[in-house]
Amino acid sequence: MKEFVLIFRLNNKSDVKPSPEQIQERMNWLGSIAAQNKLADKGKTLSIGNAKTVKPGNVVTDGPYTEIKEFISGFMIVKTDTIEEAVELAKGNPIFKIGGNVEVREVVIPK
Amino acid sequence: MGEKTKSPNELLPHLFRLEYSKMTAVLCRHFGLKHIEIAEDIASETFLKASEVWSTDGLPENPTAWLYTVAKNKTKDYLKRLTIFETKIKETIKTNEFLRARYLEQSELDFSHSDTFVDFTQQTISDSQLAMIFAVCNPAISTETQICLALQILCGFSVEEIADAFLAKTETIKKRLLRARAKLRSDNFQIKVLQEATIRLRLDAVLRTLYLLFNEGYFSKSNNNLIRKDLCSEAIRLALILTEDQLTNTPKTNALLALMCFQSSRFDARINDTGKAILFEQQDKNLWDKELIEKGNYYLVNACSGNENSPGEFVTKYHLEAAIAYWHTTPTDKNKWEHILELYNHLILIEYSPMTALNRTFAFAKVYGNERAIKETEKLNLNENNYYHTLLGYLYADTDVGKAIAHYNNAISYTKSKTEKKTLMKEIERLNKKRNSS
Repeated sequence: MKEFVLIFRLNNKSDVKPSPEQIQERMNWLGSIAAQNKLADKGKTLSIGNAKTVKPGNVVTDGPYTEIKEFISGFMIVKTDTIEEAVELAKGNPIFKIGGNVEVREVVIPK
Repeated sequence: MGEKTKSPNELLPHLFRLEYSKMTAVLCRHFGLKHIEIAEDIASETFLKASEVWSTDGLPENPTAWLYTVAKNKTKDYLKRLTIFETKIKETIKTNEFLRARYLEQSELDFSHSDTFVDFTQQTISDSQLAMIFAVCNPAISTETQICLALQILCGFSVEEIADAFLAKTETIKKRLLRARAKLRSDNFQIKVLQEATIRLRLDAVLRTLYLLFNEGYFSKSNNNLIRKDLCSEAIRLALILTEDQLTNTPKTNALLALMCFQSSRFDARINDTGKAILFEQQDKNLWDKELIEKGNYYLVNACSGNENSPGEFVTKYHLEAAIAYWHTTPTDKNKWEHILELYNHLILIEYSPMTALNRTFAFAKVYGNERAIKETEKLNLNENNYYHTLLGYLYADTDVGKAIAHYNNAISYTKSKTEKKTLMKEIERLNKKRNSS
């Protein structure tokens, strides 16, 4: 079993308040992964408003948006045998309906 | 039922079940865990005497009080003998190697309590039982064995009854108990004064054992309905003891108790006269025990309000399971299954179990229909689980009779329960008739 982090990205700041239906859909998606015993960590949702970026030379800017149009809205970790399986799980996430995307990355385990 | 109308032969087993474990708990707290056998001997001798005396003299005015008086006197006698041994015989045996070894064994007894006073007031009984619960739920003992131990020491079950409940051999249970008791004696558990730190450390384990004890009764493999009911009511009794102490009366304890009450309310409706399981949807709701539902509501409210020891904000798996059980007792609400699915979604995040996964999918079917639920179920990858096939059989029944029957047959091959096999066979029969008539 390998672990994969799913990184959720949104690019549409105005659409950040999800509707009850969207929340329900996301909960069902999450519950479905857990029901398959493929959830390693349900992860966290990251604040969009309260965000700063710290750069070299004590430069601090507001938010992560100055250079990238997309921002990370959250992450979670799944456990599957292959990255393809993890991708299959990611496909069911309702984030795509609001213009978001999901990055799938294997967790590197130091040898 | 008045105790007076009963004969000693009827009353004794009843009292034994009720009082033996209490008596042992109090005495054991007095002597220390190391000497649990002494406590059990005194309790057994007390009941032996009761059976002798009552059968010739008839029932005493107050049988329970009679038992405790005898137990008290027997304890006094025992301690007196011990003191004589200590002061008089000690000198004479010093020269005798064999007796000396025996003496050393005995002298391990804690004499700080050798004032011959043991009291059996309600308060002492509760405190002792509480301490005993925490002693039994020892993390060094496997949970399965903890349950056996709890049944024997806290609930007064015989080895045969425990074996029956677990569908295990008497010998297996005996061995298991022997090992566990050795551990219990060697553990330095302070049973006299239950420390707050111990309570905090072990409360989760205690609740888990009570939860499993209850489930053993509620979902037991055993066909002995009486024993199953006993397991459930004993689990409730022990959980109630926890709610009586400020330190153990936490939201989590209340949530567990609420869950037990809700589940028990359906106990009689679940099983028909011939012992066959009745599916939830076909249960006679008039058989649901309203009083237990009320109690469940009461403890669920407690579970969510918290107290000074523990805030009620955090949600445990007992809260979620109690809430699910609550919705099951309300047959009319139109959004019932949405609520249940939501709760299962949360529950499965807290703790994965195949049963939770399957129950969640059943709720999913109720909300989104069988077709979508079939896809959800097939992802679960529980091919060797009989309930997995039962669920798929149920979901396919309306649309694909062939597949439904195939799954039911798989379920039959994976289950060990005779009643379940019968239920499934009947369902296959029904589907076959349906297929032939269409």
